Amino acid sequence: MSVPELSSETLSAIRLTIELAAITTVILLLVGTPIAWWLARSKAWWKEAIATVVALPLVLPPTVLGFYLLVALGPSGPGGQIASLWGARTLAFTFEGLVIGSVIYSMPFVVQPIRNAFEAMGERPLEVAATLRASPLRTFWSVALPLARPGFLTGAVLGFAHTVGEFGVVLMIGGNIPGETKVLSVAIYDYVETLRWAEATVLAAGMVVFAFIVILTMTLIEKRVARPGK
Amino acid sequence: MTVQTPPPMAGSTIEAAFSGRLGNFALDASFSVPARGVTGLFGPSGCGKTSVLRCAAGLNRLQGTFSIDGEVWQDDKTFRPTHRRPIGYVFQEASLFPHLSVRQNLLFGAPGRQPPSSATGTSFEEVIELLGIGDLLARSTSNLSGGERQRVAIGRALLSQPKLLLMDEPLSALDRQTKDGVLPFLERLHDRLAMPVLYVSHDIAEVERLADHLVLMQAGKVLAAGPLAELQADPNLPLAASREAVVSLDAVVESYDASFGLARLAVAGGHFEIPAAAGAPGTRRRIRIAAGDVSLTRRPPEGTTIINILPVRILSETPVGAHETLLVLRLGENGEGARLLSRVTRRSWHHLQLEVGQKLYAQIKGVALTPASAA
Repeated sequence: MSVPELSSETLSAIRLTIELAAITTVILLLVGTPIAWWLARSKAWWKEAIATVVALPLVLPPTVLGFYLLVALGPSGPGGQIASLWGARTLAFTFEGLVIGSVIYSMPFVVQPIRNAFEAMGERPLEVAATLRASPLRTFWSVALPLARPGFLTGAVLGFAHTVGEFGVVLMIGGNIPGETKVLSVAIYDYVETLRWAEATVLAAGMVVFAFIVILTMTLIEKRVARPGK
Repeated sequence: MTVQTPPPMAGSTIEAAFSGRLGNFALDASFSVPARGVTGLFGPSGCGKTSVLRCAAGLNRLQGTFSIDGEVWQDDKTFRPTHRRPIGYVFQEASLFPHLSVRQNLLFGAPGRQPPSSATGTSFEEVIELLGIGDLLARSTSNLSGGERQRVAIGRALLSQPKLLLMDEPLSALDRQTKDGVLPFLERLHDRLAMPVLYVSHDIAEVERLADHLVLMQAGKVLAAGPLAELQADPNLPLAASREAVVSLDAVVESYDASFGLARLAVAGGHFEIPAAAGAPGTRRRIRIAAGDVSLTRRPPEGTTIINILPVRILSETPVGAHETLLVLRLGENGEGARLLSRVTRRSWHHLQLEVGQKLYAQIKGVALTPASAA
């Protein structure tokens, strides 16, 4: 089967998706790391309640999440107030809105592996570092982060992949604006709706390959990390 | 941050007092020991000795006080966090950082992460040589043996230039053979470094070899604290009452009789001759004498194969069990020297009409140099 030429519309959807997933992953690593650290270290009794809130997108129907996000990002929500700073009316149906939404629905996929990695290392390496005069900040940078590296890799890969694959939430808060919010998953849906099977097939097959590579990569990372003796 | 180890002043002390609950365990321990030499924290498993050490390091926080050389690390108003205390801490498991090489591990706590020279304290070369870890520097930590890992962990603690070294059963995770391999390194440490050490152990043999002072703990409380030999010879403490009661004496080699292979060592109030090469005259050695190896006669015996016969005076008598009694003796004609223990039958005590203060002769069947070569 000959591969049909990718239309500029398709290429734009691919570029937009990668951009969205990359930005979301970076933000999630920055925001998710302190949350994961706190969840792993805190002794507060209510921390599991926070952990549950972070995990909610795992079980909520995307339409429910999307609905609340739409309200929040809209003109009368906090998103609208933020948008008014630069004279816009709303964050819904914008790329920025999509980033905010993605950060929220992909959060558990990043926070959970990092939290697990922080918990798995235990207190001991941190105590050792403290007895060697390392300040809490240096301990975090030079001991906790390197030891949790597998968790960060897993979290980043999962966060990226899940952002690429989300459909329901994107449709609810982003719609289908080419070059602004029309990402891959929405594009495939659109192609199918308009009976452009060839393009839908290429994109769908591409996603299968992508998912395969993601899972294989993660398995290999975990194997490599598990091998050296402790 | 550079922390120099000042020469220990006479009279400087470590003052510790901690009380409170850790989980469902109550600790109420206080002691004062000299801020020099090795102080053994000894007691059965679960008696709270590790908790005391963790409190001294600031890893746990209980009510109490801790000071060394008059420098307060904790009291009602003060609590210095662990990373601001000039300590070295050796954990039961080596706990090396797996993402760093041996060399990087060693230098993790060194000031500026540079190999320290002797001008700034304990030098890199000195530690490498002392612990015999020169060949390991470039290795990753994952293919070291248990003994090697623990030696690297000790080196890492020393290179952070601590003012106080805290060791939590550093040998207990090692097998017998590895343990015997690491012990001599600890003894060299003791001989060569000026810094005080708090050494937690539940193995009396380690304590006998390494400690100068002892803090005896039981069920979260301090039973007694003082010089090792004094506590070993205190009939009211479990050490002297046990079947394996010994005293450890610090001795100096005086001479060596090569024709018979006998070394002559001086202790407070007497001399011992030991069939061993104990080192050049002036060498400090520790000898160990078991209570069961000391028998008593009223007059100096003649024609005996026992070579160590010394005048002693009886300091005290404490019955142990149904048949025996434990005597604390002091060496010397007037009983001014070091203390020994002797375990004799109660019948002998009565038949010989022995009494406290009496002058006798102690015949000592076995005197062991530590490390005991023929235990």
